[in-house]
Amino acid sequence: MRRELLDVVRVDEVGPYRLLRLKRGRLESGAPGQFFMLSPPGRLLPRPMSLSLATRTELGFLIDPVGPGTKALTTLVRGERLHVLGPLGNGFRLDVARPLLVGGGIGLAPFPYLSERLGRPPAVLGFRSQEHAEAAALVPNAEVVVEPRLVTEALRPGHDVLACGPEPMLRAVAELDPGAQLAWEAPMACGYGACYGCAVEIGGELKRLCVEGPVLERAA
Amino acid sequence: MILNASGCLDALTAPEVAHTLDVFVTKTVTPLPREGNQPVRIAETDFGMLNSIGLANPGIDRFVADTLPRLLDLGVSVWVSVGGFAAHEYAEICARLDHEPIAAIELNVSCPNVSSPEEEVEQIVAAARAATTKTLYAKLSPSVPDVGAAAVAAARAGADGLTLVNTIRGLALDELTLEPKLGPGVGGLSGPALRPIALAAVFAAYRATGLPIVGVGGVETGAHGLELIAAGASAFALGTVLFADPEAPVRVREELEREASARGFATPLAAYAAAHGGPPPTPLRRVA
Ligand SMILES: Cc1cc2nc3c(=O)[nH]c(=O)nc-3n(C[C@H](O)[C@H](O)[C@H](O)COP(=O)(O)OP(=O)(O)OC[C@H]3O[C@@H](n4cnc5c(N)ncnc54)[C@H](O)[C@@H]3O)c2cc1C
Ligand SMILES: Cc1cc2nc3c(=O)[nH]c(=O)nc-3n(C[C@H](O)[C@H](O)[C@H](O)COP(=O)(O)O)c2cc1C
Ligand code: FES
Repeated sequence: MRRELLDVVRVDEVGPYRLLRLKRGRLESGAPGQFFMLSPPGRLLPRPMSLSLATRTELGFLIDPVGPGTKALTTLVRGERLHVLGPLGNGFRLDVARPLLVGGGIGLAPFPYLSERLGRPPAVLGFRSQEHAEAAALVPNAEVVVEPRLVTEALRPGHDVLACGPEPMLRAVAELDPGAQLAWEAPMACGYGACYGCAVEIGGELKRLCVEGPVLERAA
Repeated sequence: MILNASGCLDALTAPEVAHTLDVFVTKTVTPLPREGNQPVRIAETDFGMLNSIGLANPGIDRFVADTLPRLLDLGVSVWVSVGGFAAHEYAEICARLDHEPIAAIELNVSCPNVSSPEEEVEQIVAAARAATTKTLYAKLSPSVPDVGAAAVAAARAGADGLTLVNTIRGLALDELTLEPKLGPGVGGLSGPALRPIALAAVFAAYRATGLPIVGVGGVETGAHGLELIAAGASAFALGTVLFADPEAPVRVREELEREASARGFATPLAAYAAAHGGPPPTPLRRVA
């Protein structure tokens, strides 16, 4: 884990989401599904974000502006800087034979990077509206499902599922495919095991998601 | 001397951070294992954060058998924070730790996330004192009418030093639903909001006892640490700031040196009790 002050390259609009593009500095991109702690200007605590895109010179984070921290991150402009810590946690296991990416809403955030690393496998992405579905353009070979249809209705058997999305979606995916790799979320203050704030039930015990996950092989 | 605040760093998952501190303070250990409170356990607030971790810890048996040996292997100086629900529980744990190669025991007599210890500070410290010859720090709550009186009680009962302060109870509501953001409802407030409160508590406890004090509460910079030293702290600890900045110990140490010399102090500790003007009070002697 390493912390650096990174320059904002720019912020792109992707439907209702924003793609925050940062100069990469000397940070490693890590494994897909790992995350970084981004310090929004004016906030006390950093916010966990999955790495969405990695090039030689840039790191990209796809952000849903839902509250004060994410809003502060998406209103950054070129030339401003912010602290970024990472990569953190455990990402997806990539030794899978027939990968299928399954995402719900902003849960697609790690998929552009994951898809690249897995050789552009098929994906099923679920969204709340057509506007949200614009973000599917970031993921190659994606089938788009808009509510009231759900991603679980579009799942095909015989795949190795790698999923990220809201908790009800992850639970439904786990029900259909107990072997799926699932990326979970929990409120996090530190991202590196210091605060015990991110505790979730894993195997019947409360454990730190930032240390054990965020990608888990079994339902949390 | 720069420490971490108890519960704000796990040296086993972030040894590189622990190595930048002078002392590693463990999360509070209780007699029995505790899972801690149900999520949600943290929330950002204006000028601070709330936590309701609820003293999650492996319990003293597993701590001594498993955690402590691995901490000692790191080669850092270890203080063990001890908690309980009655004076005899603190005493039991202190007795267990008496022969371990740790530098000190910090008695957490102030956690706001569990129902308050039945006995008063004085009884707890006295029971712990009888159980160990280790250096004993009593960590006090600022949520009392007279911190100086609590400090005197701890000193009388045999505390070698004081840690000030623990968090203060706070509540945050979800903007839309107006329901508590944290699982258990309320939590402990930490971060910048605590800074003036910690300063006042250190100031009062120094006046009342002259004991060595670890100042804790909202320290983010070297200047904040220097203020605690001036108020009467002989060391200070970093808590919430570590969450955003695991490199804070290195930065704060550099800033501390700079801030002290900019004010004409040869070393940061030359500013000890500067806020009090006159000569320091005579340290209280142990009574029993
Ligand atoms: C490992 C990990 C990776 C993440 N990756 C991304 C990402 O790539 N893009 C992205 O937009 N978001 C991501 N998130 C979620 C993001 O961190 C939160 O939305 C953000 O912290 C909210 O902060 P805020 O100040 O904007 O809103 P807050 O005021 O903190 O919260 C706004 C709303 O979101 C809920 N919320 C807050 N934090 C979380 C959380 N961690 N999980 C679920 N609900 C939460 C709150 O209860 C509230 O309803 C990730 C979270 C984790 C744990
Ligand atoms: C997440 C969290 C967990 C904590 N756990 C403990 C604990 O186990 N024992 C204890 O004595 N204090 C605990 N504290 C209190 C801190 O040690 C410290 O007294 C307080 O946070 C004020 O310092 P700060 O403002 O620098 O964070 C905890 C604080 C936080 C934020
Ligand atoms: S976010 Fe702090 S321990 Fe996981």
